[in-house]
Amino acid sequence: MTAGDQRSWVDQALHEHDEHERLDELERHAGGRRQLPLADPEQQVLDRIDRARRRRPRVREERITMSHGAGGKATQTLIEAVFLDAFRNPLLEPLEDAAELTINGTRLALTTDSYVVKPLFFPGGDIGDLAVNGTVNDLSVAGATPLYLSAGFILEEGFPVADLSRVVESMAAAAAAAGVRIVTGDTKVVEKGKADGCYINTAGVGLIERDVTLGAARARPGDAIIVSGPIGDHGITIMLARGELDIEADISSDTAPLNGLVAELLNAVPSVRAMRDATRGGVATILNEIAKAANVGVLVSEDDIPVRAEVRGASELLGIDPMYVACEGRLVAVVPGEEADHAVAAMRGHPLGEQAAIIGHVRAEQPGIVQLKTAFGGTRIVDLLVGDPLPRIC
Amino acid sequence: MRFVDEFRDADKARALAAKIAALCEPGRRYKLMEVCGGHTHTIYKHGLEDYLPEAIQLVHGPGCPVCVIPMGRVDDAIHLASQPDVIMTSFGDMMRVPGSGGSFFDANAEGTSIRMVYSPLDSLKIARQNPDKQVVFMAIGFETTAPSTAMTMLRAAREGLTNFSVFCNHVTIVPAIKAILDSPDLRLDGFIGPGHVSTVIGCRPYEFIASQYGKPVVTAGFEPLDILQSIYMLMVQLSQGRSEVENQYSRVVPWDGNQAALRAINETMELRPYFEWRGLGFISHSALKVREKYAAMDAELLFAVPGVRVADPKACQCGEVLKGVLKPWECKVFGTACTPETPIGTCMVSPEGACAAYYNFGRMNRNRVPEAQVTRA
Repeated sequence: MTAGDQRSWVDQALHEHDEHERLDELERHAGGRRQLPLADPEQQVLDRIDRARRRRPRVREERITMSHGAGGKATQTLIEAVFLDAFRNPLLEPLEDAAELTINGTRLALTTDSYVVKPLFFPGGDIGDLAVNGTVNDLSVAGATPLYLSAGFILEEGFPVADLSRVVESMAAAAAAAGVRIVTGDTKVVEKGKADGCYINTAGVGLIERDVTLGAARARPGDAIIVSGPIGDHGITIMLARGELDIEADISSDTAPLNGLVAELLNAVPSVRAMRDATRGGVATILNEIAKAANVGVLVSEDDIPVRAEVRGASELLGIDPMYVACEGRLVAVVPGEEADHAVAAMRGHPLGEQAAIIGHVRAEQPGIVQLKTAFGGTRIVDLLVGDPLPRIC
Repeated sequence: MRFVDEFRDADKARALAAKIAALCEPGRRYKLMEVCGGHTHTIYKHGLEDYLPEAIQLVHGPGCPVCVIPMGRVDDAIHLASQPDVIMTSFGDMMRVPGSGGSFFDANAEGTSIRMVYSPLDSLKIARQNPDKQVVFMAIGFETTAPSTAMTMLRAAREGLTNFSVFCNHVTIVPAIKAILDSPDLRLDGFIGPGHVSTVIGCRPYEFIASQYGKPVVTAGFEPLDILQSIYMLMVQLSQGRSEVENQYSRVVPWDGNQAALRAINETMELRPYFEWRGLGFISHSALKVREKYAAMDAELLFAVPGVRVADPKACQCGEVLKGVLKPWECKVFGTACTPETPIGTCMVSPEGACAAYYNFGRMNRNRVPEAQVTRA
C-alpha cells in the first residue's frame, strides 16, 4: 500500500460518512420509518453508530492480514463481503457452524474446518484431536449425529514421519471416542518454508434425526444463555505452550467431542433454540452473533461465567479477556427461560458439562448489543473482537 | 483470585459511591482528568462510571503511549523495517496504529518482518537467533516502559550484541500534563495521577500541579476500587479547598520513585530538545533519545530515517480528545468513519485509547447505581 492508497481509503471512509450523514438527515426530515427523536447528543451519536454498523460490510484492506483469521470483526467482514457475496444461497446465508441439507427427505448437516494450530502438540491434545473434535462439534451443535469425516493433509517438506504418525493416531483415537469414521482423504506436500509442518482440513457429515430446528436467529427475549463449562482453557494453553511468555500454569486444552453432551441436552430439552461451540473468538463472539442474528439484546453477568483461576490469572497478566479466548470442548446454548434449570441439570449429568452454568439472558432492550454486568458491579459492552491477540490457535 | 478480587468488591464500591455523592456541592460540576490510558481502560472495562454521580465527569488524558505517537513516526518505523535484513520488534499495541501508508500489520502483508514482543528482552533473543539480521526494537511508552528498554540496552551492551538497536520514541509525562494545564480550552478540577509512571518517577514531580496550578493530584492504582477511592480522595480535597499531591497507590508507588530504574534510563537515554506529540504538537524536552555513548544501538543513527512530518487527516480530532477537550463521541467521525476496525486516529487503536475504550465498552445507556443518584439537586 502506498501513501496515496492510504489517503484514498481515509478519504473514502470520510466521504461515506458524509454521504450517510446526508441520508440520515433526509430520512429525519422525511419522517421516514426511523423517526429520530432529537434526544441528547450522545444518544444521537449512538444511534448513528448503530446505523453505521448495520450497513453492508466492506473489506478495506488490499491484502489479507492476520486479523482476517482471528474470528473477530475482520473475519466476519471478510466472510460477509467476499465469501457470502460470491457464494450466496439460502443454505449458506445463516452462517451457522454447519449447513443443513435435506436430501430425499433426510436432514443432513455438512461442515468443514481447517487446523493450523501452533504448536502441533500441546498439553491436553494435538492438532489431530483438534481436527476431529472441532468438526464433530460443529455437527453436534447443529443438532446432528456426526457420522463421517474427511481428512486432508498439507505437509511441509521435511516434516518428521514420526510426528505425522502421532497426529494420525490421535485422530483415530478421537474419531473412535466420538463414534465417527474417517472415510476419505487427501495428501499434499509443499516445499520447505511454504507451510509450517502440518495443516489439516476435515469435513464432516451428520444426520439430523431429531425434530429440532436450531439457529442463532431463534433467540427470544426471556431466553437463558448457558455455557457448558469453564471457558478459555484451550486458548490460554496454546499461548503458554508456545513458551514465549515464560508463564507456567497447570492447565490443559479442553478439546473434546461434544456430541454426547449435546444428546443429553436435547433429550432433556428439545426446545433448545440455538447452540454454538465456542472456538475462535470465544464466548463473546457467539453472544454477539446471537444478538445480531436475532436482533435482541444480551445481558450476561461476569460473576456467573465459569473461568478457571489459572486462565483468569494468565489473562490478567496478558491483558486479554477470557470471554474472547478459544475453547475446543465448550458450547453455548440458548434455551427458553423456563427450561434453563432443567437444561443445566441435564448438562451437569454429563462429564463434559459438570460445570455448566446460566451466564445471562436474552432481552428486548438494546437490540444487537451484548452487555456485561461486571464483577465490580458496573456495566459495559462486550463487542466483537478487533485485532488478533492469539494467532493460529486452532 | 487473591490480590485482584479484593480490589473489585462491589459492596465497597457502593459504600464509596455514597461517600463521593455526599461530597458533591449542590449545583457544582466536577471535571477530573485521569491522565493515564490504563485508568481509562479500567474505568470502562469495569463500568466504573455507574458509581459516579452525574455531577462528576471523568476527562480522559494523554497518557496512552500509542495514542501520542504521530503518524510520521509510524512511517519512519515502517521505513526502517523495510530496509534489507531488518527484523523490527514492537509491542502488540503498536501493530494496528495507522501511518500514512498503513499500519505495521499492513506493512507485514507487504513483506516487512515486524514481530510482536511482550518484553523488549525478547528482541535480544531474536537478535541472538538471527545473527545475520539487524533487530530494531520500536521503543514506545512513558517512563513506565523506558526502564525496560534501558535494561535491554544495557544487557545487549554487556553481551556484546552488535545486531540490536532501538528506535526510541519514549516520552515523558510531566511536559504533557503541563501542556494540558496551559491549554486555555479546558478547566479541570483535579487529576487522577498516573500509577505506572509514578512507580518509576514517584509523586514528587507532580507537586507543581498542586502548588503552582492549585489542582489536587491523587496518584492511583489500576483496579476499579483504586480509582474510585482516588476520586473520593480528590473530592475530599476539593470539599476542603485543599490542593495537594496524595498517593493512593502507596502499595506500589514510592514517593521518590525507583532510583535504580531512573539511573538505568539516565545511563542510556537523554532528553530530546523537542518531540512531536500526536494532537499536542511539538513539546520541548518531552521525549527521550539514545545517549551518544550507546550510539551503536541508536537506529536513528544506524539507518537513514526520513523523519517526514505527516499531518493528521483533517477530520481526525484525536488532539482534542487527548487533551480532554472533546469526549470521544463528540469527534465528528467517531464510530462511523473511524472505528477500531478501521481507525483513522490513534485514540481508536490502543485498548488504552479513550475512543477505543468508549467504543468497545461504553457505547450504551448507563444506569447509575442508586448510591450515585442521591446527589442533591
